[in-house]
Amino acid sequence: MGLTIAEKILAEKSGTEAKAGKLVVADIDVIMAHDSLGPMALEALTEMGEVSLPRPKKICFMTDHLVPTPARNYAQMQKQMNEFAHRWGIRLYGAGEGICHQLLVEKEVRPGQVVIGTDSHTCMAGALNALATGVGSTDAAAAMATGQLWFKVPETIKIILLGHLPRGVFAKDIILFIIGKLTEDGANYQAVEFTGETISSLSMASRFTMCNMGIEMGAKAAIMEVDEITRQWLRQRGDQEEIQSVKADADANYSQILEISVNKLEPQIAKPHQVDNVVPLKEVAGTPIHEVVIGTCTNGRLEDLELAASILEGKHIARGMKLIVIPASRQVLLEAMAKGILAKLIEAGGMVLPPGCGPCVGVHGGIPADGENVLSTANRNFKGRMGNPQANIFLGSPAAAAAAALEGKIVDPRKYLA
Amino acid sequence: MELKGRAHKFGDHINTDYIMSSRHRTQTLDYRELAKHLLADIRPGFYESVQPGDFIVAGKNFGCGSSREYAPKIIKAGGIAAVLAKTFARIFYRNAINLGLPLIECDTDQINEGDLLTINLKQGEVFNETNGKKIFINPMPEFMVSLLDEGGLASFIRKYKKFKL
Repeated sequence: MGLTIAEKILAEKSGTEAKAGKLVVADIDVIMAHDSLGPMALEALTEMGEVSLPRPKKICFMTDHLVPTPARNYAQMQKQMNEFAHRWGIRLYGAGEGICHQLLVEKEVRPGQVVIGTDSHTCMAGALNALATGVGSTDAAAAMATGQLWFKVPETIKIILLGHLPRGVFAKDIILFIIGKLTEDGANYQAVEFTGETISSLSMASRFTMCNMGIEMGAKAAIMEVDEITRQWLRQRGDQEEIQSVKADADANYSQILEISVNKLEPQIAKPHQVDNVVPLKEVAGTPIHEVVIGTCTNGRLEDLELAASILEGKHIARGMKLIVIPASRQVLLEAMAKGILAKLIEAGGMVLPPGCGPCVGVHGGIPADGENVLSTANRNFKGRMGNPQANIFLGSPAAAAAAALEGKIVDPRKYLA
Repeated sequence: MELKGRAHKFGDHINTDYIMSSRHRTQTLDYRELAKHLLADIRPGFYESVQPGDFIVAGKNFGCGSSREYAPKIIKAGGIAAVLAKTFARIFYRNAINLGLPLIECDTDQINEGDLLTINLKQGEVFNETNGKKIFINPMPEFMVSLLDEGGLASFIRKYKKFKL
């Protein structure tokens, strides 16, 4: 019997036969901790009595959840992370450099690695053919202290995507559609492999959007194979090493194999207050929208901002609309500036926040008022997610978001896309 | 280990934002203070209704969403002795066990709001004293039982210095 990608990576990194269901202890290649949950990992390290970190080069600290700091508490937490990183020679990405998941794929992660991060959306890095998964602070601390972590080798759901996306329909629509089908816990404890001709036609940015939301169906990891587009991404960021893809065997054992054709897919929207509450956009067309968020780790890359700008260019957002734009990293911000994309978004009435999590952590940067509806390109719409349990959050593509910003209601973005 | 307390019943997909919205961390990082907001967005006044040793009893996928470990931490700080659910989301499951908070996977349809429960972890059984039903606990991987026995992952690593399955 053959092996899935997750089984192969965990076998390699644990030195055992890692079949689904087995517990293994694997070497960790990248340990990421961010400003929100990292400080608790430092507390756990103290509890472990740990005074030496065996491999500080495998650790990176990211400053993204609360930038610039909205309260003294968070400033203290960031200071603590910075000082710890300095003391141990840990790579520190400071405030404004970018969202942890974007920095992981721009700077840190390579195919075949095991990656953990103190954030559930760490699964995004699976688009680079890594086994990347979110953990809590104590697990991250244990990995810092020992270089390893235990895993139950997951079963895998294989999702084969066939066909080509129609005009005005995007990777975000695909992943929302899949989450709607599989539901919020449809992949709990399991890995997901995305494959098929549709994936081959998608940019890395679009692939990141899909893998980012794997956790929204409970997935432990969301993994893609390496192709020319992946290689190009790695080469562009200066990766000189040999690039090998971990491929699933043809006779690998899957818990489920799904085939989905995207040829007739329509724009999708996740309604409040669950991510799997997905409907075709037309079913909620006309719903008033008071705030729009374009960006975040889910959809804050250059192609996302460019798409939104193509809809908003030369127009102005609806009266009273709050349009918040959040590039996923400094690199994206600079490129969007150089290409004139930011100017178009700002001229249309948008506010640009520094690269970071923004209002998606519910603390700052665009907390909605009671009774307001938000259309966001982020990944979660739980009640209270954006800091006010009396607001409603809808999720959609950057195109759907930009169109809603223009009209002040949910509208089919395809009419703006020639 | 035997635990005895009252059930507070919740539905499916109770996510980490519902357990506590991160907005409260602007005011304080003290877990006892934060515990006052436990599940308050979906059940105002919940914290005040908890007697130390009570249980949260939920449907499926409890703890879905974020990897924020302060979710199980404030459940503990709020006086909850264990969480019972049909299933748990993966990251929450690890976090809770790592902190020494017992999680009981069982058929929670046999439990109603306010029922008095006795949980015997070693025998793998919940006894519902209110309706007289015995509920089987789905066994947890042995390694996780050993983590709980050691009082959580930090104590485990302090003692053994590495993972051993």
